[in-house]
Amino acid sequence: MNPTNTKETKSTSSGNMKFPYYPGCTLKTTAKNFENSAIATARALGVELLEIPRWNCCGTVFSLAQDDLIHHVASVRNFIRVQEMNDYGLVKNENRLVTLCSMCFNTLKSTNRRMKENAEDLQKINELMYREEDYKGNVEVLHFLELLKSLGYEKIREKVTKPLKDLNIAPYYGCMILRPKEIAIDDPEDPTIQKDILEALGVSVIDTPYKKVCCGSYQTVKDKYIVAELAYDILSHARKKGAEALTTVCPLCAFNLDQRQQAVKEKHPDFEEMPVFYITQLMTIAFGMDKDVFGFEQNYVDPRPLLKSKSLIED
Amino acid sequence: MEDNKSPIMDRIAEANKAATTGIDAKDIENWITIHIMGKAYKVPADLTILTAMEYAGYKFVRGVGCRQGFCGACATVFRKKGDYKLQTGMACQTRAEDGMYLVQIPFTPAEKAIYDVTKEPYEASVFIRYYPEVTRCVSCNTCTKACPQDLEVMDYVQAAIRGDFDGLSDISFDCIQCGLCAMRCPAEIVQYHVAQLGRRMFGRYGLGVPDHLRKRVKEITEGKFTDEMNKLVSCSTEELRKIYTEREKEPE
Amino acid sequence: MIKKIEISPDNEKFLNKVNELSGEVITLCEQCGTCSGGCPLVTEMDITPSQMMRLVQLGQKEVLDHKAIWVCASCFTCTVRCPRQIDVSKVAEALRQIILRQAVDHIDIKAIPKEEIACLPQIALVSACRKFTG
Repeated sequence: MNPTNTKETKSTSSGNMKFPYYPGCTLKTTAKNFENSAIATARALGVELLEIPRWNCCGTVFSLAQDDLIHHVASVRNFIRVQEMNDYGLVKNENRLVTLCSMCFNTLKSTNRRMKENAEDLQKINELMYREEDYKGNVEVLHFLELLKSLGYEKIREKVTKPLKDLNIAPYYGCMILRPKEIAIDDPEDPTIQKDILEALGVSVIDTPYKKVCCGSYQTVKDKYIVAELAYDILSHARKKGAEALTTVCPLCAFNLDQRQQAVKEKHPDFEEMPVFYITQLMTIAFGMDKDVFGFEQNYVDPRPLLKSKSLIED
Repeated sequence: MEDNKSPIMDRIAEANKAATTGIDAKDIENWITIHIMGKAYKVPADLTILTAMEYAGYKFVRGVGCRQGFCGACATVFRKKGDYKLQTGMACQTRAEDGMYLVQIPFTPAEKAIYDVTKEPYEASVFIRYYPEVTRCVSCNTCTKACPQDLEVMDYVQAAIRGDFDGLSDISFDCIQCGLCAMRCPAEIVQYHVAQLGRRMFGRYGLGVPDHLRKRVKEITEGKFTDEMNKLVSCSTEELRKIYTEREKEPE
Repeated sequence: MIKKIEISPDNEKFLNKVNELSGEVITLCEQCGTCSGGCPLVTEMDITPSQMMRLVQLGQKEVLDHKAIWVCASCFTCTVRCPRQIDVSKVAEALRQIILRQAVDHIDIKAIPKEEIACLPQIALVSACRKFTG
């Protein structure tokens, strides 16, 4: 049902650890550079991300109303696909589902938590999906950053062939991997997971309190200037502290902080543009990978001049 | 087939006759009761929903077409005796059963977007631009359950959301546009229009021009068939008929 | 000194509805203002999150007319900081749901400008549809 993926996975090698991988819709379009760079870095670290067959959109936001079960169906259906991957032997006893997108991560993990804690809800959803096998509640949702952490920062450091010296980067976490507490992959008030990875790459990490301040999320559809004000605060504060670019792990944060800089400039003519990377893009450079996998043409604010000025990429 | 003289309208009328035409009611052994829009009718067993409704006295001007399960005009929803499930089908392809409650859904109100495929970007945004409601899909799979063609409708809606034109075209290829998916969708998506847009885009940008077509177009423009064509155009109806019946046929 | 506030049955019905939909006990809120202080979108709101909580506590349906419930981006900053462990974002969601369930959408997705549709990622539109349409 998902021909693009099977081709990709068949051609890959060998003794790598295999994880079911949930991409999410945006990773197939405007955040294709995130997906490509993440799959490549994972492979370099001995991990194969196997796209789950017939995955469906998770809905991107976890429904917060108590009685709104229908909006949890999408997530649970994806968990059933993970069970099927195990049934069909695509992965071996691997119920850890890896996500790249922070919003997908939050939605899937929150739904999973509700299903595990509330047998009655799970039963209702299983009954609604009577054509599918039942979800048994065994899946565990992991964010890619957690996977990297579990592999060890030392392992990342070993793979670095081109240290990102003199590059001043402020990691930006956003909301969905930090809050609520039960979902968080790190300290909600003072996360360090991106800092640790970036330091392994040789980056000079700039810490700002805005690293966990919301980018405005879906308000970008209703009123882009709400987002522009938040982006202005986040970016200009990082600039003041000496950052030359930001890193993120969320396609919506990336859009709001990167593309919406146009709207920021409308409101703040003195604003200076700043590149926003997916953290995995920096990993591909540091790992000395081919430039085809960088995907900088998809970044709105072109990061190449900055990288060239630090002699980290050629043309 | 050989009856060339019979006017086409007569042949259609013949084909559209109820299955029980000419059979006396007292010769029919098995009867069932069905409920059409809540009213009970006694009809012969083993009819399709369409012919059963006709037997009961309904005359279809709209909401019927090929009678062969291809055109998608005679969408029907029904519940079987003792079953809570709302089921769907084509009236011409579904057998009426005793105790069935049913109604025809001859049309699904849905606006068709107007677009020029040559001017649209080959990206996921084309779906969102003309049918933004696709992003409201909750993956409930109701559309798939409703599809009388047994298509994985939800899967192609998902393919649309992520801009997978190839996947969408593959999954939706056998859609007959009966509209039942759209009638059942809680997100109010009109799946078959979305699929049509996707297949058109895929045909325009994804498939590319096949080699044999390119070759043939070249031959035509170079005049390979011009003489033959001119000869055909100048033929009388009689001559044309003769050429047609004597034509070479490809082996089946 | 303990002061008791009584609200009318009609107002209590509204409070209970929000309690049920959100799964939160809204009367636990002691109006400390932490949610408002941390809210990254409070400057765009017409009332603060704590004012929203107060209106719900008193069963005031007018809370539904405020822009604030739609400006909330469900970022959960209030959720992690509330000293009473109230999930304020769930309360905002409940209020949005009360309106959306009457078939009143907050955005018209057909009215989004063409240029925006061309650049907005699916993640933005899917989440906006879930939060702003019923």
